[in-house]
Amino acid sequence: MAASANSEHQEHPLGIYFKIWFLLFVLSTLSYMVDILDLQGYLRWSLIVIFMMLKAGLIVAVFMHMVWERLAIVYAILVPPLALIVLMALMALEGDYTEVTRQLYFVFGGGG
Amino acid sequence: MSEADVTQSATPAGRPDGLQGVVADFASDQRAFKNVHWGKAMMWIFLLSDTFIFSSFLISYMTVRISTVVPWPFPSDVFALHMFGADIPLILIAIMTFILITSSGTMALAVNFGYRQDRKTTTILLIVTALLGASFVGMQVFEWSKLIHEGVRPWGNPFGAAQFGSTFFMITGFHGLHVSVGVLFLFIVARKVWRGDYDNERRGYFTSRKGTYDIVESMGLYWHFVDLVWVFIFAFFYLW
Repeated sequence: MAASANSEHQEHPLGIYFKIWFLLFVLSTLSYMVDILDLQGYLRWSLIVIFMMLKAGLIVAVFMHMVWERLAIVYAILVPPLALIVLMALMALEGDYTEVTRQLYFVFGGGG
Repeated sequence: MSEADVTQSATPAGRPDGLQGVVADFASDQRAFKNVHWGKAMMWIFLLSDTFIFSSFLISYMTVRISTVVPWPFPSDVFALHMFGADIPLILIAIMTFILITSSGTMALAVNFGYRQDRKTTTILLIVTALLGASFVGMQVFEWSKLIHEGVRPWGNPFGAAQFGSTFFMITGFHGLHVSVGVLFLFIVARKVWRGDYDNERRGYFTSRKGTYDIVESMGLYWHFVDLVWVFIFAFFYLW
């Protein structure tokens, strides 16, 4: 597996792919178990998000080779999606507001 | 795990690493993404835009689910299948998840064997990936027809909030379209690998550019992205 000095492509031992593959299976089973065991509330939601982020991280880092890339492309691809967190926060606030308004006017018959 | 054993040096000769490297690469007045084939950089940028599309779908799903005053249908029950004399919650979705992860693994191996110029193994792995993807789409068709049969429509359903149907068909439909396009793409790349296009640098029909095994890696990025999106759909739509 000697890489030539100016080789541009990603080539890694097979073992790492099998390890990540196995981990993805384990994590998927765990997140399915959350539903089978019928966990509820904050425990359910936090477990779902933790397993999701771990799976997403492993796929991007190893299968998509991000850990081996130069920072220039890592930042160019991974920083812009952070803007989506702002959109998510805004829409969560907006959704709550809409829900409260609907409760007030549709469900309880309104104040006017 | 020592990273030095795993990978070749990602640093081109004479270029700094870390933040200084980011500044140097973007300020170089040449190609910004050193060590990255142009096709791969373009695929990444396409996937970045696709990230925004899927995120917008998922965020609008979150918004309508928060704001509705009608109870949301319980996904465990809606997506349960009656097997072996009992209702097993989400079983089909779980099988689809495992199939997609398996196909992601075979795709990663295909990229690896491609760079080793192992034409036969690469072709077989690409075709296996495509068949797994096709079976995923098949199960999705089964799931859609089951739900449609039970009366789920984009404008309403018998289980609860009407928004359930619209977000379900929109999100899984768009993801299924991505998988279907990926399957076609995989068969095309598999044929090209088999024919030796990437060994002989045969020029592409549309682009007239020389074919290299980097195309298999770009294909891999797309396929892993489809799997990545499913991770988020599985978590937020089916499990939440």
